[in-house]
Amino acid sequence: MTDITATASATLVDTRKPRRYMPGWYSIAWGSAILVMLPVLAVFWLALFPTDNIWPHLAETVLPVYVQTTLLLLAGVGGLSVAIGVSSAWLVTMCNFPGRRLFEWALLLPFAMPAYLIAYLYTDLLEYAGPLQTFLRELFGWQTARDYWFPEIRSLGGAIGMLTLVLYPYVYLLARASFLEQSMSIRDASRIFGCTPWQSFYRVSLPIARPAIAVGLSLVSMETLNDFGTVDYFAVKSLSAGIYDAWLNRGNLGAAAQIATLMMVFVIMLISLERIARSRQRQFTGSDRFRSIDRYSLSPARAWLATLACALPVILGFLIPFLVLGSYAIRRLDQFAEADFLAYASHSFTLSALAALLTVAIAVILAYSKRLYPTQRSLTLAARFSSMGYALPGAVLAIGVIIPLAAFDNSVDAFMREYFGISTGLLLSGTPFAIVFAYCVRFLAVSSGSVDASLAKVTPSMDMASRSLGLNPLQTLRRVHLPLIRGGLLTAVLVVFVDAMKELPATLILRPFNYDTLATYVYQYASDEMLETSSLAAMLIVLVGIVPVILLSRTITSTRQGN
Amino acid sequence: MTAKKVLLTGIALTAFAGTAQAADEVNIYSYRQEFLIKPLLEAFTQETGIKANVIFSKKGLLERLEHEGANSPADVILTSDIGPLHDAVERDLVAPIDSDVVDSNVPSHYRSKEDKWVGLTARSRIIYASKDRVEPGEVQTYEDLADPKWKGRICTRSGKHSYNLSLIGSMIEHHGAEEAEQWLSAVKDNLARRPQGNDRAQVKAVKEGQCDLALGNSYYYGKMLTNEKQPEQVEWAKSVNLIFPNQDGRGAHMSISGAALAKHAPHKDAAIKLIEFLTSEQAQRMYAEVNYEFPVRPGIEWSDLLKEHMSDFKADEVNLGDVVKHRAEASRMVDQVGFDN
Repeated sequence: MTDITATASATLVDTRKPRRYMPGWYSIAWGSAILVMLPVLAVFWLALFPTDNIWPHLAETVLPVYVQTTLLLLAGVGGLSVAIGVSSAWLVTMCNFPGRRLFEWALLLPFAMPAYLIAYLYTDLLEYAGPLQTFLRELFGWQTARDYWFPEIRSLGGAIGMLTLVLYPYVYLLARASFLEQSMSIRDASRIFGCTPWQSFYRVSLPIARPAIAVGLSLVSMETLNDFGTVDYFAVKSLSAGIYDAWLNRGNLGAAAQIATLMMVFVIMLISLERIARSRQRQFTGSDRFRSIDRYSLSPARAWLATLACALPVILGFLIPFLVLGSYAIRRLDQFAEADFLAYASHSFTLSALAALLTVAIAVILAYSKRLYPTQRSLTLAARFSSMGYALPGAVLAIGVIIPLAAFDNSVDAFMREYFGISTGLLLSGTPFAIVFAYCVRFLAVSSGSVDASLAKVTPSMDMASRSLGLNPLQTLRRVHLPLIRGGLLTAVLVVFVDAMKELPATLILRPFNYDTLATYVYQYASDEMLETSSLAAMLIVLVGIVPVILLSRTITSTRQGN
Repeated sequence: MTAKKVLLTGIALTAFAGTAQAADEVNIYSYRQEFLIKPLLEAFTQETGIKANVIFSKKGLLERLEHEGANSPADVILTSDIGPLHDAVERDLVAPIDSDVVDSNVPSHYRSKEDKWVGLTARSRIIYASKDRVEPGEVQTYEDLADPKWKGRICTRSGKHSYNLSLIGSMIEHHGAEEAEQWLSAVKDNLARRPQGNDRAQVKAVKEGQCDLALGNSYYYGKMLTNEKQPEQVEWAKSVNLIFPNQDGRGAHMSISGAALAKHAPHKDAAIKLIEFLTSEQAQRMYAEVNYEFPVRPGIEWSDLLKEHMSDFKADEVNLGDVVKHRAEASRMVDQVGFDN
């Protein structure tokens, strides 16, 4: 490490050029970006070798359906998630109404529910043979499905509903953090200039929160694109259905990779558009974060409406499915004796915790490098590109992980055989490392969103002050930035942790022999139409997810000390 | 530094959990759920002392095998249908199962022509017909399903599901592509609802009056009829008659679960022993009891439930390799007639 005096004098001499005191840092940044990019590149590579060209047939038959369904799904889930997430975040942050403190954290609960699980549970509840319709039939004396109309749960609308219920918390989380950080004086100023509370929301608070909402929306969109469990169960023909059809039914993995690539290009376009739209905006944290928020008091009628608006997503997204799951689990308590839950839970926990820490570390490295080397566009692009893994369906990503890992293992093995006559076999493939790696690639987008956003809010004058006081970039990061963005870091760690707990397809494909997590154990039965049998494990996934979710809410609330 | 150490130790610890290395073992990449094969593997270990290690996933295991290459630990691939077996052969990932025991235990139409895979259990894709609304004898063949009199009365899962693709593949094999497509299109016109859900859900829909006929695999009947945890499924099963189609002709369409030997199997002898064991009398009887499938080995006494409800039907004996080769064509056909739309 460089001597402090040298650093200080260098700072005085040259203030414009990116300083390269730490070439090590620069290589680490590129190294981690490339590492995380490898699986995505592997999928691109696969796309170059289709067994035959499926596009003419696709374009003639189902492609229009796939594309239309996917767009509707994106628009529906995105629109509803923003509507629910932003409005509930605004209400609990800025208004007083019964249950506000409860909803602050309860609104995050559906986040602990895996999408495939909620889809299974609601289908049981709402389909023709389910208790609700059976009850209605008995009540009104209807005989068959032709006697009445009831919304079909296994439909595009159903899929939009299920995905929205578990994904809106991304928007809620980020919007709430942003509302909490907003300066009260800006709002007060808008009110003084004659804005009604609504106008103040639309014209001031909402635009300020827009980057955060956009990040939330892009996470929701990518999760929607990569979902297969729900759309498959509901027989909704989205692009991911097309990917699996090409891969599994036509034995054409190359064509599947092509569709996946198309999907990623689509996401890149969406995100770029949003970034271009606000490219000239820049915001830094105001100075009065410590003043507590004076909330609007609502008339009793409005207050109860606010309560209802916040209660609905929690009831639908968490309470009802959780109770149904509980009613299954009570019937299957015998599973405690049959299954090794302790092992599954500890696998889930270890993998998710490791993935959360590593993913956030990588996100910090990439985000801080962008700050250190603002002129290095290529690094910025690499960082952005590396988070595209999130838009890939999990099983496709898993193949993308297998390819570079197996290539590495086999090269090392070949080298060792050649020169030392020993075989090292597979070093990384088929170990938990492969799973953790896949989680990092998959969830980097999630942690990057949070880390980028919080780092961007630290004003550059902090860097300047710290550097002119003689700290090098690494020390500045450790002693200035990391403490300042503590809340954002913790948020990122917790979100990745919960997401990793729920991850299924990549875990299934990459795991070692005789190795189960809670999610794979649940899937084993759910995939054989026996969800009840594994309902206890499913409960555990949700319960383990609730703890970080509550922590998460505390973290966000505490960003505003005066609160 | 300490944090880093903790992290590394954590990785190292998890890395060694779950990869027990015993001298006598066999490694299985399984497309079948572990809980379905576990009793068999336990019996195998008891008999031979060879430990069986399993990874289960419904997709991606062949790709894993392919890229792991010569260093792959996999010995045996177990599948729940013929699709992955076919793919494994196409991609040159398997070695011939060189065993007279297997050859004599399993009839040739349940084995690949080059012994590159072997069927372990068989099931039939049958028609579940409402006891109340469908007269016995009213529907007798798969071809009957295209009759306009069934308009709005048939339920099935997605045409893209491997079970349906296999049935469509057999129609292509027996009638040629053109006629098969006309048939599929006519069946599509008779559907009561957009294809959705799984096989059991179709029988449930018959029970509830949404449709009168459903396509489903035979073993689901046993699974529903004996479901103590969800007694409502017993009711679904009791509401239908089982129809094994085409009894006066080629016989009911069959599919299999099966096994293949990995090309670079590190424990080849143990792998062959396992496959031989899975075709043995003991294993074949267990298989049929666990999952209500039919033993592929002739002369095995069936379980009471199978004997009572499914005995003496005529099975289509076309080689399954000739059916599965039409899979991609069948998938295209499903798109072409808009079966799932």
